[in-house]
Amino acid sequence: MAPRKTASTSSRKTAAKPAKKDFTGGTIADFSKEDDLKAYREMLLIRRFEEKAGQLYGMGFIGGFCHLYIGQEAVVVGMQLALKEGDQVITGYRDHGHMLACGMSARGVMAELTGRRGGLSKGKGGSMHMFSKEKHFYGGHGIVGAQVSLGTGLAFANKYRGNDNVSLAYFGDGAANQGQVYESFNMAALWKLPVIYIIENNRYAMGTAVSRASAQTDFSQRGASFNIPGFQVDGMDVRAVKAAADEAVEHCRSGKGPIILEMQTYRYRGHSMSDPAKYRSKDEVQKMRSEHDPIEQVRARLLENKWASEDDLKQIDKDVRDIVADSADFAQADPEPDASELYTDILL
Amino acid sequence: MPIEILMPALSPTMEEGTLSKWVKNEGDTVKSGDVIAEIETDKATMEVEAVDEGVIGKILIPAGTEGVKVNTAIAVLLQDGESADAMAAPKAAEKQAEAAAPKVEEAEKPTEQGSASAPVPAAPKGEIAADPDIPAGTEMVPTTVREALRDAMAEEMRRDDDVFVMGEEVAEYQGAYKITQGLLQEFGARRVIDTPITEHGFAGVGVGAAMTGLKPIVEFMTFNFAMQAIDQIINSAAKTLYMSGGQMGAPIVFRGPNGAAARVAAQHSQCYAAWYSHIPGLKVVMPYTAADAKGLLKAAIRDPNPVIFLENEILYGQSFDVPKMDDFVLPIGKARVHKKGNDATVVSFGIGMTYAIKAIAELEKDGIDVELIDLRTIRPMDLPTIIESVRKTGRLVVVEEGYPQSSVGTEIATRVMQQAFDYLDAPILTIAGKDVPMPYAANLEKLALPNVGEVVQAVKTVCYK
Ligand SMILES: Cc1ncc(C[n+]2csc(CCOP(=O)(O)OP(=O)(O)O)c2C)c(N)n1
Ligand SMILES: [Mg+2]
Repeated sequence: MAPRKTASTSSRKTAAKPAKKDFTGGTIADFSKEDDLKAYREMLLIRRFEEKAGQLYGMGFIGGFCHLYIGQEAVVVGMQLALKEGDQVITGYRDHGHMLACGMSARGVMAELTGRRGGLSKGKGGSMHMFSKEKHFYGGHGIVGAQVSLGTGLAFANKYRGNDNVSLAYFGDGAANQGQVYESFNMAALWKLPVIYIIENNRYAMGTAVSRASAQTDFSQRGASFNIPGFQVDGMDVRAVKAAADEAVEHCRSGKGPIILEMQTYRYRGHSMSDPAKYRSKDEVQKMRSEHDPIEQVRARLLENKWASEDDLKQIDKDVRDIVADSADFAQADPEPDASELYTDILL
Repeated sequence: MPIEILMPALSPTMEEGTLSKWVKNEGDTVKSGDVIAEIETDKATMEVEAVDEGVIGKILIPAGTEGVKVNTAIAVLLQDGESADAMAAPKAAEKQAEAAAPKVEEAEKPTEQGSASAPVPAAPKGEIAADPDIPAGTEMVPTTVREALRDAMAEEMRRDDDVFVMGEEVAEYQGAYKITQGLLQEFGARRVIDTPITEHGFAGVGVGAAMTGLKPIVEFMTFNFAMQAIDQIINSAAKTLYMSGGQMGAPIVFRGPNGAAARVAAQHSQCYAAWYSHIPGLKVVMPYTAADAKGLLKAAIRDPNPVIFLENEILYGQSFDVPKMDDFVLPIGKARVHKKGNDATVVSFGIGMTYAIKAIAELEKDGIDVELIDLRTIRPMDLPTIIESVRKTGRLVVVEEGYPQSSVGTEIATRVMQQAFDYLDAPILTIAGKDVPMPYAANLEKLALPNVGEVVQAVKTVCYK
């Protein structure tokens, strides 16, 4: 996937046009300089944040499970570019990137990872369970597949209230095999609910390659028996994600019901911090990193189009590192929750 | 400033590891994400990746060093233009010495799984009372709970072709917690079956196969995920024998880690002992020692009924004596007197035993001689053993990690009150986890779990001391 060249027109308007009939998920959005710079910055923030989280885990500041999003950054950043205020996002436990992309503070996320009172859940949720009413982020769920029904419920609420917001329910290739996913698909199609099902196909569910767990490995077709349209998208190219997102959002907002986007992506790290990842070759990982890296693609484009100099990019790198370093300092210095918090937030 | 590369913690429960190999050498340039070294944890060989960019200035811990504590500096990374001389050499050398020093306090550790945060007491030092089901003089072999469970399954699979194991990551990955290690290699893919992440579906598939007489062992990666499948477990597995007028049942074992691990928060930390013990048509087993894990898992596999077999991740790495016998099978439904005593009775099971054992050791110092009973099976419950003990001591404390309301402890208290009221010299006390979802923060998690002090206090209270 060498970066494809695109002209720099005022892209946002072009991309927001109503969905074309021949939508295939293979479209590349026209990215302006601003789009590429924004995507670069956002993806880099997720990457650096996750690297730091991995480091803090190694130092024992973060405990339990910690699932990093490194490699998959283009998916959530591209999707987010197509949303408007009030659209909801929900995902599983690999959620740090989603929260940063939703605009939740790096300090809040990192302090939750270290279990401190300044964390987004006051330290009570941890890596897998964070929420933000303000940013319309509904978690952060540890039970594989549960967020799919919940995300369908968010869409139900939009339809019930008669607003035109859409709900984005993210889940993995492994989660796509859970029964409640199909129960949800049926209801969503039956009731024409505005939900975008985003299957982040990173090729593995823990140690199980897609082909060992899935009879139908084309996840875009998983809604076929409910007549839910679905498309495969190059989830390593933020422009392809953005184009698919625009059209999917338009589909949902205009009352046509649910849609499925299979994002073909890759996680560079193990499933969680304790996964030695023996089930895939180092070459496979290296090849993805060197040939398809979502951040490198944008970086190359920025330089090639002379939209940014090496120095400009260095400055962005520095800004991002500063945000991450600040969040890590905060997350280590912030006190643990007060003992009285043990008994709060159980019932109203 | 040169950056110290520290020994990372690479699992929720790792405290130290072996630095097995340096992939990069002094003088090599590294980028973030480059693999710089390999370390071995109890479960796996893991790669250490560079977080920062720079040049490896000095390797502080040579390859092959064992017992390197998490957070020890293992190398120094130089930034742009720095030279190796700029390093804070004395500090580094100090740390190295520290890392190489023998670890005396190791013996105190509960298990390689035991985490710094989970307040799990150390393994028992005192004698375990002899189990009458093990012939005197039998040779004992130190075995981890992990190995004992694996051996039990392997022995039963050798013995009976109808026994098979299925679940997520049980085959090629060798088990998410390595309980099924080696089974795929010995028994092949027909009998060691990786499932998709579809708990409700594969639990039902297992029950259906069991209705024809096969004997599935269904592993849940953890029992938290069995909630997806609980309908098949209760409505299908537990009730078929009754509904069919005895024509067919479900000889199936549902097993996996149950209860709180370390720092995995609300959705991954709960004890299901009381939940399943509510259901007629199920047997519920929750072993503590490796011997019980082995003998009872073998019994569960042979049992013609559905058995819920509740393990615990924190106990997996603990070692206990397991009898060396050709066919070591223990009776389901029988408690084991872990230690004899006269002043008070403590009943516990599973990981609850770790608190109880520490507590009775402390109480002994205060001159209180506790009889400790390991329930082992929650349903059917061995009430006679408990009552016999209460008749002797007149005092009872029950210890468990699960929630306090409608708990195993309250069930025992009710029944003992009904059947041995006249023998009681004090109200029965129950120690349980707190009545809250499991919090993530280390300090709150500690508070949410039972602790040894609570058990000690409860026993003193029932003894009026
Ligand atoms: C119901 C349930 N079953 C099993 C698990 C354990 N588990 C956590 S993540 C995971 C793999 C999921 O893979 P996938 O859906 O592909 O998402 P990815 O981790 O690749 O992002 C499993 C089996 C769980 N959390 N919940
Ligand atoms: Mg996956």
